[in-house]
Amino acid sequence: MSISRTYDEINEKIKSGKVVVVTAEEVVSIVKDKGIKKATQEIDVVTTGTFGPMCSSGAFLNFGHSNPRIRMSKVWLNDVPAYTGIAAVDAYIGATEPKEGDPLNTNHPGKFSYGGGHVIEDLVRRKPVLLRAYSYGTDCYPRKEIKTTITLDSINEAFLFNPRNAYQNYNCAVNLSNKTIYTYMGMLKPNLENAHYSTSGQLSPLLKDPYFMTIGIGTRIFLGGGIGYVAWHGTQHFPSMLKDNKGQELHPSGGTIAVIGDLKQMDARYIRGCSFLGYGCTMAVGIGVPIPILNEEVMEWAAKSDEELFAPVVDYSDEYPNFNSKGLGVVSYAELKKGEIEVLGKRVKTAPLSSYPMAVEIASKLKEWIKLGKFELTKPVQKLPNANDGIVVNFLDDKGKK
Amino acid sequence: MVSRKIILRFGEETSGKPIIYHLVKDFDLIVNIIKARINPAKEGTMVLEITGKNYDRGIAFLNEQNIKVQMLDEHVVHNKESCTSCGVCTTACPTGALYLKRPEMQVVFDSSKCIVCQQCVKVCPVKAMEVCFD
Ligand code: SF4
Ligand code: SF4
Repeated sequence: MSISRTYDEINEKIKSGKVVVVTAEEVVSIVKDKGIKKATQEIDVVTTGTFGPMCSSGAFLNFGHSNPRIRMSKVWLNDVPAYTGIAAVDAYIGATEPKEGDPLNTNHPGKFSYGGGHVIEDLVRRKPVLLRAYSYGTDCYPRKEIKTTITLDSINEAFLFNPRNAYQNYNCAVNLSNKTIYTYMGMLKPNLENAHYSTSGQLSPLLKDPYFMTIGIGTRIFLGGGIGYVAWHGTQHFPSMLKDNKGQELHPSGGTIAVIGDLKQMDARYIRGCSFLGYGCTMAVGIGVPIPILNEEVMEWAAKSDEELFAPVVDYSDEYPNFNSKGLGVVSYAELKKGEIEVLGKRVKTAPLSSYPMAVEIASKLKEWIKLGKFELTKPVQKLPNANDGIVVNFLDDKGKK
Repeated sequence: MVSRKIILRFGEETSGKPIIYHLVKDFDLIVNIIKARINPAKEGTMVLEITGKNYDRGIAFLNEQNIKVQMLDEHVVHNKESCTSCGVCTTACPTGALYLKRPEMQVVFDSSKCIVCQQCVKVCPVKAMEVCFD
């Protein structure tokens, strides 16, 4: 007889303190020991975690009105431009926006020392942030200029809204060219000297529920140290089947989620501004997603190990920028974590970009919250499209291309 | 080629001498002046980065001029509080001073292996590796 449980049953167990929660790392060996069936019977929830640079992140802020009122048309926070074309004192600060006047890549590789992600981190650290704004002035909003400091507590709302986070899977980046390149995957040395990858593998949220059987709109999550929600599928949500070089199907890959959460609850341990040499600014975000073990099928995926999860190897000197497929194949997360992989017959040293210890910490923290009854699970109000839904990827048609 | 940072301390009698000129001209050294200060009593300190084959001969020359030469001990520190153990510095580090402890995947810094090349300082996304002088 197959086992099944509902969200309500799990939440009842959370309330009575009887819930059984393990992390996505712990579940791997439990299932190996006991088998899917027994493990599904015993375990109610598996917690996942990831912590790494996540572009397509940012925060909506409402500063409160000044007296006299201003309808801001240009805004800077610690000299980083924010977007205020939404309302009088509302703005969106994007993680990848560099400070105004940054030399960028004029002296390549640029340092990109401070950007939107750093502003968000400073806000979370409760540091004062300089707000500057201009306006053209209207009858109802006469003020044309303001310069003041704000803190996270002095403003009305501040919520993180990240349109694309927690990539289901990511490329393992290498460099086939003969010069060093500086990418959002870090510094890649020439002639296949290093390989960088960026998911937490067996702890990675969307790799452990690859068909979105449980993760959907409204799923309550750990976001930056506070509680957040899955708001939508992420931008560039292109779930599809990852295949190896022989065309063998491995597992779905390519899904993303848009997430939302109260910045005021967050902790700067899990929200960090980042600078990538020669590339730009971004922000590292900590996300943890609980997977309710509704049945054996959910468990089967949640129990996948680093040996069974794969990343495609992609050349960032030509293949990635110019869409020139090199067919470098796939490597397992187990190999990536051992520190060396083989690409085109060469042994290549690997390094992660996303922190495995932080992923463990987040999954463990979420597990504690659930066990202590502080965090109940939510049933998605709508499912996310999955790899069977045949999503078509659009490309930008630059008609003027020479 | 040797490249070192040094601090020079000189008194009134030596502060007028064109020592940089000699280092460059006579010893073929590349001299980068990092900091220079001379007080009203004409005593001064200067922080230089000197690169070149004749580094040792250049230092001997400075000693002959009665200039006190002190090595600047430059080292790199790993700020554990700030480090996220992302691991991206471990392939930039040429000596294995920064490495991943497995299976935890915790990044560890072994300062005895560090040659202060500062690659990690450049690539660390959260500026957890810093250069310090003693
Ligand atoms: S300074 Fe150079 S040798 Fe020392 S830890 Fe950093 S990268 Fe490694
Ligand atoms: S790059 Fe920086 S944050 Fe990442 S492991 Fe190295 S020192 Fe730590």
